Amino acid sequence: MARIAFTPQLRRFTETPEIDTPATTLRAALEAAFDANPRLRGYVLDDQGHLRANVVVFIDGRRSRDRVALDDPLRADSRVHVLQALSGG
Amino acid sequence: MTDRAWIATRKGLFELRREREAWRIARSSFLGEPVSMVLPPPRAADGDGRMLAALNLGHFGVKVHASDDEGESWREVATPAYPPQPEGAPGPEWKLVQIWSLEAAGDTLWAGTLPGGLFRSEDFGASWQLVRSLWDQPSRTEWFGGGYDVPGIHSICPHPDHAEETLLGISCGGVWVSRDAVESWSLQAKGMRAAYMPPEQADNPNIQDPHRIVRCAAQPERLWCQHHNGIWRSDDNATSWQEVQAPLSSFGFAVAVHPNDGDIAWFVPAVADQQRVPVGGALAVNRTLDGGKSFQTLRDGLPQRDCYDLVYRHGLAVAPDGEHLLMGSTTGGLWASADGGEHWQTVSQNLPPIYAVRFG
Repeated sequence: MARIAFTPQLRRFTETPEIDTPATTLRAALEAAFDANPRLRGYVLDDQGHLRANVVVFIDGRRSRDRVALDDPLRADSRVHVLQALSGG
Repeated sequence: MTDRAWIATRKGLFELRREREAWRIARSSFLGEPVSMVLPPPRAADGDGRMLAALNLGHFGVKVHASDDEGESWREVATPAYPPQPEGAPGPEWKLVQIWSLEAAGDTLWAGTLPGGLFRSEDFGASWQLVRSLWDQPSRTEWFGGGYDVPGIHSICPHPDHAEETLLGISCGGVWVSRDAVESWSLQAKGMRAAYMPPEQADNPNIQDPHRIVRCAAQPERLWCQHHNGIWRSDDNATSWQEVQAPLSSFGFAVAVHPNDGDIAWFVPAVADQQRVPVGGALAVNRTLDGGKSFQTLRDGLPQRDCYDLVYRHGLAVAPDGEHLLMGSTTGGLWASADGGEHWQTVSQNLPPIYAVRFG
């Protein structure tokens, strides 16, 4: 199972569940987390479902490639970290 | 309400209380977070303490919080969201950048946003709907940013006598009015002039940059506009606009109008668009008592040397009594007057950058 975790900075605003998921793409893993806390979606994705400009995702230590499709593949044991980008201040 | 005010800042929301003509900070909320706008309890007089605050989190986007108890506790409610953007749609991305204005009109709440969408809520922020009749105007895509990368609605003026009427000020998209409960819109910036455009475009109403528009509550046909290129007044509910010359400078961002007398209005002049500081390093307020025929430049109690404070669009407010004023700057200065601006007292010189000041 891939595991997805969110920056503790988000806990000021909403629940950040750490999810184990059979998802095989980044978007599917994010959707699993949003199922656990629907409010989380708006903190990570914008109106069009794109990764927010100042949010960054690392998959197994590498930054995700596509901020729109979010179709980076996940392995069964991938570790996904959703973090705030320093560009946001 | 004249003894309470709300200060929305780059680093939180501050509640002010006035006791014996002295304002003090009574409470802070969202400390450290940018609060782009606040809606004081619209029905506080009826014992209804509901109010809204719009946050603009640096990393995580715009959020709206509601309070049921006049700011004592808060809970997150729905954020206005733009619908899916059709492929190839012209204009700015359909993504919420900031809530720039919040107003109540009866049971309806309005949120004006960057990049130019107007949202409506009928359930006090539990849900929001984009007003498509404005967003789908073909000429919307000619709007452009004024102070931001994308255009935005900073002024929402409901009509106190006509519930179906709403007026909007847009930087840079002119003045838009709906008189049929936002079914349709007309562009009503006739008379305004844009010196920042090529000469053949200067009179185009759709690219005007009204920095702020306010309506006199008791004389709703009277509107005042602090525009990028000067000051305009309308006596006929935005059918036409007449330019008014103020002393020192007619450049600025903020304007406030007396709630009971539309001839009385206040402005905070800055040098010019390319130098947004007080004239001569001395903070002043221009006030007219006669509809703009003459002005008094009021300085008593305001810093008169080495002052570089700028009062932005929503940084000047007048209380329902028409006598108490508050003025906050983008460098965290806050001043109060109890006599229509004749005299001012410093409330604080150490607040975060001030986005909005509102009584209520």
